[in-house]
Amino acid sequence: MLQIKNLTKIYDGGVKALDNVSFEVPDGQFLAVIGLSGSGKSTLLRCINRLIEPTEGQIIWNGEDITAASQDEMRRIRRKIGMVFQHFNLVHRSKVITNVLAGRLGYVNPAWSLLNRFPKEDIEKALQQLKRVGIAEKAYQRADELSGGQQQRVGIARALMQDPKMVLADEPVASLDPVLAHSIMTHLEDINKNDGVSVLCSLHFLDLVHRYADRVVALNEGKLVFEGLPKDIDDKKFKEIYGRDAERVG
Amino acid sequence: MKNNKKASPWNSIKVGLFSLLAMVIFAYGFQITKVNLEELRSENRQESLVRVTRALAKPEIFEYEQVEEIVNFPIYVPCPTDGSQAPVPEHNATEPYIVLTPSCVNPGEIIEVEGFNFAPFTVGPLRFIPGSDVTNVVSLGRENAETDADGHFLVSMKIPDRTSDDVQYIRATLRRNVGSPHFTQTARDTWNKIVETVFLALLATVFGTVLAIPLSFIAARNLMKTVKSPLTSISLSVLGWPIGILIGFIAVRWVGNLSASIGSNAWVNLASILLSPILAWIGLRWALPQEEINRPSQTVRLERLGVILLVVLVSFYGLFQLASLAMSAGKNLEASLGSFSFLGYFLFQVGDIVAIITPALGALAAGGTLSSFLGRLGQQGSERLPVSGIKILNLILTTVAGATVLGLVGQLVEWLYQIGEPMYTLWGPMAVGAGLGLLLAILSKPKESLPIGMVIYSITRTFLNALRSVEALVMAIVFVIAVGIGPFAGVMALGLHTIVSLAKLYSEQVESILAGPLEAIEATGANRLQTIIYAVIPQIVPPYISYTMYRWDINVRMSTIIGFVGGGGIGFLLQQNINLLNYRAASAQMLAIAIVVATMDYISSALREKVI
Repeated sequence: MLQIKNLTKIYDGGVKALDNVSFEVPDGQFLAVIGLSGSGKSTLLRCINRLIEPTEGQIIWNGEDITAASQDEMRRIRRKIGMVFQHFNLVHRSKVITNVLAGRLGYVNPAWSLLNRFPKEDIEKALQQLKRVGIAEKAYQRADELSGGQQQRVGIARALMQDPKMVLADEPVASLDPVLAHSIMTHLEDINKNDGVSVLCSLHFLDLVHRYADRVVALNEGKLVFEGLPKDIDDKKFKEIYGRDAERVG
Repeated sequence: MKNNKKASPWNSIKVGLFSLLAMVIFAYGFQITKVNLEELRSENRQESLVRVTRALAKPEIFEYEQVEEIVNFPIYVPCPTDGSQAPVPEHNATEPYIVLTPSCVNPGEIIEVEGFNFAPFTVGPLRFIPGSDVTNVVSLGRENAETDADGHFLVSMKIPDRTSDDVQYIRATLRRNVGSPHFTQTARDTWNKIVETVFLALLATVFGTVLAIPLSFIAARNLMKTVKSPLTSISLSVLGWPIGILIGFIAVRWVGNLSASIGSNAWVNLASILLSPILAWIGLRWALPQEEINRPSQTVRLERLGVILLVVLVSFYGLFQLASLAMSAGKNLEASLGSFSFLGYFLFQVGDIVAIITPALGALAAGGTLSSFLGRLGQQGSERLPVSGIKILNLILTTVAGATVLGLVGQLVEWLYQIGEPMYTLWGPMAVGAGLGLLLAILSKPKESLPIGMVIYSITRTFLNALRSVEALVMAIVFVIAVGIGPFAGVMALGLHTIVSLAKLYSEQVESILAGPLEAIEATGANRLQTIIYAVIPQIVPPYISYTMYRWDINVRMSTIIGFVGGGGIGFLLQQNINLLNYRAASAQMLAIAIVVATMDYISSALREKVI
């Protein structure tokens, strides 16, 4: 169970990215986060693993207060939270397998990282994860030689290496075409349904929300404006979330 | 929007004033730099210029063996009053001989010298030998004789104002090259020095690069901005450095003495060198498990800490033994390897370097370790202890840390300027430091994270910028005093300059890397070190290689002139020859520099294209 309580983030320039946001995510749920660009979706996801320090409020995950965790505790918390990014965020010049193995960095001893050594089991596991996302044959290519869809699958494999209990996906399909988008979303669904991992996924397209999400939260200018089932988003709610001039597409 | 581009009289006046000001500045510059074409027109200058340019066009690289044909012919200057003739030397039809017309003249008159039977197409001076001694080395005149295909020449010569009752001589010395060309001594010296120059640049670049890489990370804004620590942690780390350095120095010196007491028996050395890494490896494997899911208990962690300490001591013992073996082996090899004795020399020097830097390395490592350990302790403490306790702890620690830092700075000042007044160089600074520390502790919130990363970043940047503005040539002057005239001083000066300028260039590259991968690696739970290794380093490899090669280019160029101030390399030879007005030799050296720089340019650009 992830509990977000009165979360507020004010950036240095005074921009209020999150304004008193509270909601809960039960374990194993696929939660979609929707809202316009700049509504605070990315900030919300990054506050959960504290890539961004929240200004106020609490995030409690299975009884542990993430916002109050020390640096050491944060390392142990983060390694249980996988993250998938819009721009994949792979290290381009490294091999695919190295990118996947990076998912184990929260577990391996930093001293051995100096020598670029991973345990044998991890390397086998990385190959398995690549097989699972269907690009086992690309393991020893450079990451930037892969297409966009393939790169995002590497990103998912990296998150899977962490043995995550929760995956944060920050617009994972926004840079991909619709066919690839469905293929990536299927992988996330697979992780959610078969491994029982909670997924928090920010999305732009409502048809993807209807197709994959169990529940939806919507943000507008940092405020939580909707929380409920995807089918409950009617035209009135839609205008509330996206503004009066918005038109439904897709 | 309104159109502002309309010309107003005020704008025109401004442009006019600016132009006028620019012209005045330029005019002043002419006076300051003494632009004066009058000098260029003077005949003396032009004559020297032509002479030097011609010498420069003929670099002294090849020479031939030469044979000379010398013929002396007697002459009276002025003609004797009794009408007697100078004795004409005997000659047969095959030997070279010369004929003078007339056979005697008054000083300042022209005489015709005709030569026969010389070797064809040879050149040489025609001189008047004053005094009656035919072997006199003093000779007067400027004429040159040049023989045609028959070995004949005809030259008019003005007889200088040297009168004597005795017979004097006209001497023709005709030279010609024989055999195949070979290198001159200048060419051989130039070759030796150019090799020295290239290696000087190589060593400086390698040293500079190795040390610039870690510096570039702490001079990178994007990496340092996120480094924040509470005051407790900062003051404990600050205290950790001097204490750690002291402990480390004592411990490593003890290990060094232990190693020295075992002696320099090669077999013992070899056994130690082989055993200590194995022991260290086993210890590390035990103490640092590759992956741990659960937090180990306190006793296990203490045991591990002890083992790691032992491993470190064993490693330093191994280093000392390695140095000892390298030095003794190097000495033996140098004596027995003949023309490859430089390998032995290298081994000996490497051993010496290892022996010298090991204690420093140990001290620095201990300082860093203790500092980071205490820092973590402070971090944990400030996370767990109550606010009031932290406040009191901060007051004490920050005061002590401030006093320590300024006290040490004061001692440095004392060492530099020898003031000899502890009030100003020890107690005073300590009191000021303690006061500042106390003030900081009072003003800051106890658990607030302070941007210590930006402080370190600013200090590093300032330091780099200050050192970078000192030219390598100036540094070389200092190092010449420190280590003596020679290429080693040049290596140190160029190396230091390479460190600071590369660290700046590198850190700018670190600042321009993509933030995405950094964020992704951080999100996996990687710590700072792991983030640098897996997200930063892969991104900066190409620009680092490119900048290193660029610096290598610069160092080759610089090393050619660092000899001007005694830093070794070809510059020394070049300067010497210019001062001796030996322009043909200087020309050979300039040619060598041009060839080497152009070649290095080509090679490095070719390599750069290949790597990136």
